[in-house]
Amino acid sequence: MKFSLNWLRERVDIPADAEALAQRLTLSGLEVAGVETIGGALAGVIVARIAACEPHPNADRLKVCRVDTGNGEVQIVCGAPNARAGLVAPLAAVGAVLPGGTTIKAAKLRDVESRGMLCSAKELGIDADASGLMELPDDAPVGTPLADYLGLPDVAIEVELTPNRGDCLGMLGLADEVAAECGTQAKPFEAPGVAAAIAAPREIRLEAGADCPRYLGRAVRGIDMAAVTPAWMAQRLRMADVNPVNAVVDVTNYVMLETGQPLHAFDEAKLGGAIVVRRARDGERLKLLDGSDAELDTSYLLIADEARPLAVAGVMGGFESRVTDATRDVFLESAHFRPAAIIGRARKLGLNSDAAYRFERGVDPGLPRIAIERATALLTAIAGGGPGAIIEAAGPGQPPAREPIFLRRARIARVLGTAIDDGEVQRILTALGMAVEPQSAGWRVTPPSRRFDIGIEEDLIEEVARIHGYDGIPASLPGGRPPAPRDDESGVPVPEFAAALATRDYHEAICYAFVDPDLLETWRIGEDAVPLANPLSADLAVMRTSLVPGLVEALRRNRNRQQVRVRLFESGVVFARRADAAPAETAMLAAVACGSARAEQWGESRRALDFHDLKGDLESLLRLSGSPQAWSFDTVDLPPWLHPGRGARLLREGVAAGALGALHPALQQLLDLPETYAFEVTRDALSARAVPRTRRLPQVPSIRRDIAIEVDEAVEWGRIASAIRSELRTMLNELVLFDCFRGPGLSEGRKSLAMGLILQDSSRTLTDQDADRCVTDVVKLLERDFGAQLRG
Amino acid sequence: MDTLTQRIDEALAAITAAATLDALETQRVAWLGKQGAITTELKALGKLPPDERKARGAEVNAAKEKLVAAMGARREALERAALALRLASEGVDVTQPGRDGERGTIHPLTRTRRRIEAIFAQLGYSVAEGPEIEDDWHNFEALNFPAHHPARAMHDTFYFGDGRLLRTHTSPVQIRAMQGRQPPIRVIAPGKVYRSDSDQTHSPMFHQVEGLLVDDTATMGDLVGTLKAFVAAFFGRDFEMRFRPSYFPFTEPSAEVDIRWETESGTRWLEVLGCGMVHPNVLKHCGIDPERYTGFAFGMGVERLAMLRYGVTDLRAFFENDVRFLAQFS
Repeated sequence: MKFSLNWLRERVDIPADAEALAQRLTLSGLEVAGVETIGGALAGVIVARIAACEPHPNADRLKVCRVDTGNGEVQIVCGAPNARAGLVAPLAAVGAVLPGGTTIKAAKLRDVESRGMLCSAKELGIDADASGLMELPDDAPVGTPLADYLGLPDVAIEVELTPNRGDCLGMLGLADEVAAECGTQAKPFEAPGVAAAIAAPREIRLEAGADCPRYLGRAVRGIDMAAVTPAWMAQRLRMADVNPVNAVVDVTNYVMLETGQPLHAFDEAKLGGAIVVRRARDGERLKLLDGSDAELDTSYLLIADEARPLAVAGVMGGFESRVTDATRDVFLESAHFRPAAIIGRARKLGLNSDAAYRFERGVDPGLPRIAIERATALLTAIAGGGPGAIIEAAGPGQPPAREPIFLRRARIARVLGTAIDDGEVQRILTALGMAVEPQSAGWRVTPPSRRFDIGIEEDLIEEVARIHGYDGIPASLPGGRPPAPRDDESGVPVPEFAAALATRDYHEAICYAFVDPDLLETWRIGEDAVPLANPLSADLAVMRTSLVPGLVEALRRNRNRQQVRVRLFESGVVFARRADAAPAETAMLAAVACGSARAEQWGESRRALDFHDLKGDLESLLRLSGSPQAWSFDTVDLPPWLHPGRGARLLREGVAAGALGALHPALQQLLDLPETYAFEVTRDALSARAVPRTRRLPQVPSIRRDIAIEVDEAVEWGRIASAIRSELRTMLNELVLFDCFRGPGLSEGRKSLAMGLILQDSSRTLTDQDADRCVTDVVKLLERDFGAQLRG
Repeated sequence: MDTLTQRIDEALAAITAAATLDALETQRVAWLGKQGAITTELKALGKLPPDERKARGAEVNAAKEKLVAAMGARREALERAALALRLASEGVDVTQPGRDGERGTIHPLTRTRRRIEAIFAQLGYSVAEGPEIEDDWHNFEALNFPAHHPARAMHDTFYFGDGRLLRTHTSPVQIRAMQGRQPPIRVIAPGKVYRSDSDQTHSPMFHQVEGLLVDDTATMGDLVGTLKAFVAAFFGRDFEMRFRPSYFPFTEPSAEVDIRWETESGTRWLEVLGCGMVHPNVLKHCGIDPERYTGFAFGMGVERLAMLRYGVTDLRAFFENDVRFLAQFS
């Protein structure tokens, strides 16, 4: 719901500006979706009258107007279709700056001088209507600043009401709510009875029981349909996104916005006898105000006369009985409909209806009389006419009395976890319009008739809590439990690595952390081993400096028990002596493997495990870090137990993090092992991970180009790959090495590398020429830097 | 004598010159073999007169030792060289990619859901599940949605035409968790939910995690504390947070929870959770005495949390399953 802040201020003192009010509303449960200043820049815009309007001599669509400014006349060229002599409209004088930023200057339009601009509502930022000049009432005082005349500037506040707060769908209810939130008082609303001036009896029959327990009607005869809605009323309607139509419709809409009670006006001449409120019959049809043809059934509540349907109750009036320019007498309806009789009906008919929106949520049953008196007073003041007496039909016990609810002081603390001062509880409930009687254990509270949502003690507790402020509820944790630790996703948990290795056919091993010093000596990694003072035995005398020897011992034991293909991993700590400190402990993850690359199976020929199998296993773990490009491999500073030609050092962002490869042949021989591979990586380096940040995926297709080159055996793929990457940069989406070949057709000491370049630009589709140019550049680079030769 | 010395020098030179293990073996046979020169000399000792034999014997043995030592050293050198040669010939390009090093990924929504589950597991909550095709009673009625209430219209429900529907929230799992059980209850219910709404910011199928705690002391303060703890745990840091009164039929009081989110253009409040104290009617529906027990419930959208956490800007990306998108969550 959208409303005028000026209007609200008229109803209640608000000791806050628009932004502060919006904040308070939001924090009290009325979520503000928008705050918009209207008519904030109307200096230099006045009310003016078009005194004469002639066609432009040089342009068919333009008119030349003489405009009365209240202080002489000016000539304005204007293209609006509704520009006509006698029209009162806003005029932006020369020098005025419109809300859009346009400065009005004197100009010649097709050789005719124009000194100012006649404006549409949209040009002035008043509403969205750009169809023509904003039409002001004939009695608008010419020469008055428009802002003064319309009561601007104003602020339109849009509130997204939850379905329980139908009471705030009118200014009266909203003002009460705001008063409670701000600790002020809403002004009393007066709708004095308008005495009957004519006799206009009509029977009203309620045949729908509880669905319509109360119906008030009243005729107003002899109204002037040409009467113009006053500017202040039209402006308040516009602020609520309601378009002014004519005096009758505008008054009913205005009273709905003001009180929350939807009203309807029929053309009295179209009514045939008594008003009957009943259920529709299956198949009954009614052409509605919006021109649509509704097919009804018994689920709809109907307002009918004795002959035919007139309106879908609480949803929309009928087309035939609508008020038109020819109407002289109207019949006003102000009724109470039960929400269940209205809910879903507008939706089912595909209609948007302000009335249904309110009735679905519940309208204060105390309102119909206030609303109809108010509407009568406004309508007769604007459009004249003589009102008949109010005709009321009501079922028994209408309007219903509210049952009091008992609110226990102790229950407030029990539910909220904090006590609220008695005075504060009483103040809040009273401010919300409740009758509050203090009792020894709490209060007997009777909610006002507009608050449909309050039925039980918890509802009252919520009212107290939300006006008191949810931020006044201190946070605690159930059962005094400590809060959950923060998870910044910066570490891959060890179980993920373990699971990853297990799925790659490695078994987890757990080896003793103390080992044989001779074994470490054999591995040539015993130098920093920390010895135990009282080892269990000589072969368990020092703490391990690497996980690999223990795993290899386990692998040997398995081989001795006829296991040919053995793959083991371990996660654990290694130890190193330090000069003046406690021994260093480093968490490591290690694996060892021997035998065939894949388990013996049909459909796969047997192949011995090699370096790149093991590297693949390791790389699959590195991918858990989320940044595979952070890792690199070289052959510097290998541990002594690695084969110097089949071993590599692993680095993360250039920092050594582990090693992998085949065991040194001498060690293999010594330990009587077949070709055996191992890796060992520090867990810190392995598990460091950044929170994934997604990037936009390229929307254009990629192009793939394959090339094969011949280079010296010594030229490493890694160097070639990084050279290509820095050459093509963002153009290169992916680089794959798909073949590596030695032998026939190649000279001794040379190898052939075949690679695929997947090229892509983030913004455009690459052409074949672009791709060819990339390939040429890459080949040139490889020839120059690596002595490569392109293979045909 | 001179001849032996001379011949030994010759032999040492030959051993040092032996380029292969085979050449070395030839030298061994020539000197130390059955017919070898040294062997012959040693055999000849017996024919010498005793006074000469001793001196000559010492001389020949010393020569033999020299040769054995030289041969051993040479053998070791040759073996080392052969190994080095072998190691060099066996070298591989360690920078070539490993085989089959690629890894699949876990969907970001699953990842988010697991993180949420893990956080609440640490707060003592267990995971509860319920059917995705629900009946009206569990999805609405038991949760205190009056028939035809506007709050139902907000749910844009998919129906099967036989009274069954696709659950519009995970809240019905609350009901199932409470039915036939007495407090204390701490459960979370993660899962898919469905609403008939599809555009850039709405998916007809999405994920929620519902949480429920019922015991004899639960308060709204506990709810506030729990959700503050959750947000800090989930995002790994503190946020300015606010609890805003709101309306859900199944909680009273109800709140929406906003966090102060930083963007490039400043900060703004962003709604991340809905919550409240379990409505006494809901407890009653499940056979729990609302006078004795109180509870709180909360619900969150997994997509919203995942988008915030991982900078996903388009909701639809979660359901397109573009592997290039998914691969970013390794």
